[in-house]
Amino acid sequence: MSFLFFHCLPVTFSFVLPATSSASSPGDVKAMDKPNDAGSAIQIFWTRASNDSLVENYVIMRKAATDPSYQRIGSTAGGVSTFEDDGVTDGTTYTYLVASLIKGMQYPSEQSNNVTSKPQLFHTGRINVLAALITFTLLLAYFVYKARSGKNLYIRQIAGLAAVEEAVGRATEMGRPILYVPGLGDIDWTATIASMNILGEVAKKIALYDTELIVPNTWSVVYTVSKEVVKESFMSEGRPEKFKEDYVRYVTEAQFGFAAAVNGIMIREKPATNFFVGKFWAESLIMAETGAQTGAFQIAGTDSVLQLPFFVTACDYTLMGEELYAASAYLSREPVLLGSLKAQDYGKLMSLIILGGLSILAFLRIDLLYLLKVQ
Amino acid sequence: MKRKIPLGICLIMGIMMIIQFFIPHPVSLGFASTIYKWVIVLMAFALVLAIGNLIRHHTLKIRKRKEDWPYSIVTLFGMTAMAVIGLIWGVDPDSLYQRIFLNILAPLGGTMFALLAYYMASAAYRAFRARSLEATLLLISAFIVMIGFMPFGQYVHTRFPAFAEWVMQVPNMASQRGILLGVAFGSIATALKIILGIERSWLGGKE
Repeated sequence: MSFLFFHCLPVTFSFVLPATSSASSPGDVKAMDKPNDAGSAIQIFWTRASNDSLVENYVIMRKAATDPSYQRIGSTAGGVSTFEDDGVTDGTTYTYLVASLIKGMQYPSEQSNNVTSKPQLFHTGRINVLAALITFTLLLAYFVYKARSGKNLYIRQIAGLAAVEEAVGRATEMGRPILYVPGLGDIDWTATIASMNILGEVAKKIALYDTELIVPNTWSVVYTVSKEVVKESFMSEGRPEKFKEDYVRYVTEAQFGFAAAVNGIMIREKPATNFFVGKFWAESLIMAETGAQTGAFQIAGTDSVLQLPFFVTACDYTLMGEELYAASAYLSREPVLLGSLKAQDYGKLMSLIILGGLSILAFLRIDLLYLLKVQ
Repeated sequence: MKRKIPLGICLIMGIMMIIQFFIPHPVSLGFASTIYKWVIVLMAFALVLAIGNLIRHHTLKIRKRKEDWPYSIVTLFGMTAMAVIGLIWGVDPDSLYQRIFLNILAPLGGTMFALLAYYMASAAYRAFRARSLEATLLLISAFIVMIGFMPFGQYVHTRFPAFAEWVMQVPNMASQRGILLGVAFGSIATALKIILGIERSWLGGKE
């Protein structure tokens, strides 16, 4: 019995393969290069032994073309029929064996096909993302071209953004500063980048109105970016001398330390207008409610869905989700940026049509929703 | 030139990082890893500038005796003390630095977080005053969900907790997903606009 000899060697196996597989052996062992990876990985599949319920483990063994015998590389629990070997060398040919372990005895399978691993140059599991990205870029290019050619594009009134002028004017009349909180997200959050775009437009108005500005920051990179954005806005309005280093401040990376500092600014310096624009977490209500209690005019904007109700409750105006990303175009009124808003709208329409269509097909038992899955 | 160089760097790096997302080859992964290391180096430089700003702001505040200036002394002292303690005695789990962090800073943060309950109460009072149709709908929904999620809810009606769950899972989830869909397109559009140089607000607008 070859499997008895095989069982006696725990690490290196040198045995004669059985002429025919036993009923306790796994069958149909197939090995393939792992798709969409950086190489050095092979996937092994097998059919479970007919008495799989008795199998304690499936032991996986590997042999390179130059190796004299099979070596154990790992094991899985019974009931499992796949294994990933991530310890192979690209370009080397391997074969695999899978043995079922039942009551201390091992029953090996036939050997698998030859297989070689290699890194891939394109991730086929992300074709859907690429298709969506190309479609959306084309839409963007088309509407930007339309806008450049002078076509008048309609954009609906966004109350929160229409109130920015009023908010800056109010602070000027009251002779009090404007507080702009760019959220607690680092610069890699798109909401923070959108906030920087809005800060640029708000800072331009502030430069014109000659009002004081306070921009507290929680991340060092966001601090440097927001400082440059404000400085550039003052320069573009022809008032670089009005910019003060103290307008943009670094506070702390601690979430509630930052909230405490912003609350202190609101109570001490009593800004007439507060902007909360960017990414927020649990500190959102602490800051917005304090601002409401100081009587400040407040405009918030975030894509943090869970924080939106707090801002709606405590602020005069709230930019919800995509309105945050539309703000820069809305405030600057640049035709090219307005064109990009149209692309967003058509992108959403296309997504809704695709989602609706696939949902209807799913009701009809034609499941194509896997096409939307991203690996 | 001052604008063209940042726009050029943004365009090249943006496109390269998009391409990298679709290539699982080790060369591509190595490139991404290098870029992430550069980001860490840049962050270190930015931190130096940020700390410089913090020191400058609080020094000026102390010098000009602005309102609550003694707190600025506490800030500067705390920052310096933590840096010195960390540099001299290290930041191991049993170090003085960690003990100060766990016994002073963490409870202070926890205290601020706990205040959220009181802020919620005052915000809820304002939100639930049924002054408009939207506020009334909010009040009714909140009432259903709160009662439904309490043990008391099942005594109102055996299906009341299930109804509250339905409010959360269907109308609430549907509106959240609607917002998220808009957010996703907004994010992609913003990223593309910046990469392609269409959006230049971060450089002070068009020119």
